[in-house]
Amino acid sequence: MKRLFLSSKETLTAIRVGLFLAFRQIKRSSKWTTLLIIFIMTLTFLNLVVVSGILVGLIEGATVAVRERHIGDVGITRLKEKEYIERSSQLTAAIAASPDVAAYSDRYLQGATVEANYKTRRKETDLVESAGTVLTGIDPAREEKMTGLSKYVIEGSYLEQNDYDQVLLGSNLLIKYLGFESTAMPALKNVEIGSKVRIKFNGISREMTVKGIIKSKVDDIDRRIYMTDSQLRSMSGRTDYNVGEIAIKLKPGVSADAVKQQLVAQGFDKFATIQTFEEGEPKFLKDIKQTFAMLGSMISAIGLVVACITIFIVIFINAITRRKFIGILKGIGIDSMAIEIAYVCQSLLYAVVGTVIGFIIVFAILKPFFDAHPINFPFSDGILVATLSGTFIRAGLLFLATLIAGYIPARMVVKQNTLDAILGR
Amino acid sequence: MIYVHNLVKSYTTAGNKFVVLKGLSFEVERGQFVAITGRSGSGKSTLLYQLGLLDHPDSGAIKIDGVDILKLGNRERTQFRLNRLGYVFQDYALVPELNAIENVVVPLLMQGLDKKTAYAKATEALKRVDLLDKANNLPSQLSGGQQQRVSIARAIGHNPQILFADEPTANLDKETSEHVLKTFLDLNKNGQTIVMVTHEPEYAALTHRTILLDGGTITSDKKNSAYKPQN
Repeated sequence: MKRLFLSSKETLTAIRVGLFLAFRQIKRSSKWTTLLIIFIMTLTFLNLVVVSGILVGLIEGATVAVRERHIGDVGITRLKEKEYIERSSQLTAAIAASPDVAAYSDRYLQGATVEANYKTRRKETDLVESAGTVLTGIDPAREEKMTGLSKYVIEGSYLEQNDYDQVLLGSNLLIKYLGFESTAMPALKNVEIGSKVRIKFNGISREMTVKGIIKSKVDDIDRRIYMTDSQLRSMSGRTDYNVGEIAIKLKPGVSADAVKQQLVAQGFDKFATIQTFEEGEPKFLKDIKQTFAMLGSMISAIGLVVACITIFIVIFINAITRRKFIGILKGIGIDSMAIEIAYVCQSLLYAVVGTVIGFIIVFAILKPFFDAHPINFPFSDGILVATLSGTFIRAGLLFLATLIAGYIPARMVVKQNTLDAILGR
Repeated sequence: MIYVHNLVKSYTTAGNKFVVLKGLSFEVERGQFVAITGRSGSGKSTLLYQLGLLDHPDSGAIKIDGVDILKLGNRERTQFRLNRLGYVFQDYALVPELNAIENVVVPLLMQGLDKKTAYAKATEALKRVDLLDKANNLPSQLSGGQQQRVSIARAIGHNPQILFADEPTANLDKETSEHVLKTFLDLNKNGQTIVMVTHEPEYAALTHRTILLDGGTITSDKKNSAYKPQN
């Protein structure tokens, strides 16, 4: 009866001989060819990790921006049926007293309209430029500690505690930053630092001076107008100190959920909606994240196919040019399996070295660089998202692809007729 | 030891069938040094490929030490070549990335020998072909004759029952050819069965027996008077 399979001892011998051949073929092959193949593998690995990492990082940058510049680790908003958060003073006192809290900002919110060219229009019938906004009253110092809002003032300067009739305008309220004119998203023309704008709400109208313009790449912020909380309170006649939203930044390592539960335990959930960032994260951001993760996976899959084809071609060319010697090895009694192992080992070595270099480039160079210098995308500061676990999974997939792509061409050449291979027929 | 009966082998090229071996029958006894000779296209190399299990005949029988080699599967044929046969190719056929001793050691490792034993046997084989001093040279660093001797060392390293040689002197100058032939004669004196294809009548005459092929048939099978029997 014909034997189809090797015994375990024969298999071990085939592996030993395969490794023997692989090691020597790599050692004595052209250094430049080997370096070129490893370079291709490194690029392939980077393609797998970095392209999808940047795509996901683009949205992750936006998420981080929303968290750090707006919502915080825990966000507190009014109940749906209420205009503001009741018992805000008690709530902020509890937040301020918590040892887990690094900073917080309580903000007064007021829907309003901002008008610009009301002084310069020629006729009474000319329309006044106006845009809807959320007037946000803040304690400049607390807001600065919470979000570092002053960093996002791109023109003019940040608010001072005693500023009066001074406002910071979100950049998306201005056409020159918004970049387009639209009736759906009205914005103002010809507004500069020092320009007068008119703020209107609840029958109140007040002329104020533009002190600064904010561009944070968080749409919620960039459509707002900031002023001091004391003036907004006095303008609106509010004496209850009840605010519209509170953002809380926690100390490193503190669980947002634990802090939320502390506040819930104190009964504040009866007066406000208390959410961790993840719970309060805007749905559109979650959707975009998922979309980009899918896109990243698709690009990774294409990268993997490219890697497969690259390895296949490299090993196939290597094997086909050595077809005669493969035939000779078979002719002198070397088992096909040993020869296939030799080629698979070579392709795996290329993948391992390429991946190790890729790992070093990603985690020692690219990630620290992009963390320090995010890519300036129009709507976010893109970072490189590359987790160790995710990168290991991609490396594993690359090894698997390499294994298959190395084996198939080796098998194709090895299974050819021995005599034809020797004679080059 | 080798039993060949009514061996037929044909090739089809561009739709035309060429019968290369036309029903050959002969036997080779243990310890014999047999030369297969004939003109180009007479079928001598084709015959060697069938005997060396590198090709499959159309019909007929080949038995080596009683084993019907035509009934063996691919894997068994490979193992049979590894354990029982040695093969010396016309163009040396050394693996270019392996140095001389590594070329010799590969089939020994494949036989399952440990590294130390395999290298000891390879060293011994290189010593027999008088090439121990070139053990660490790559094929590209050896002359044609030296490469052929490494090829012989590789073929005899595992003490095969039969050594097949396909025109081993074809690419060598006269002096080197004589050196290679002397190596074969020495091996034969020590009991090695050898079947050698050659188109050189003077080398064939030095063997025990010459089988002359012409047009795929044996036209002559005679003992050589110049052959010196083994000690």
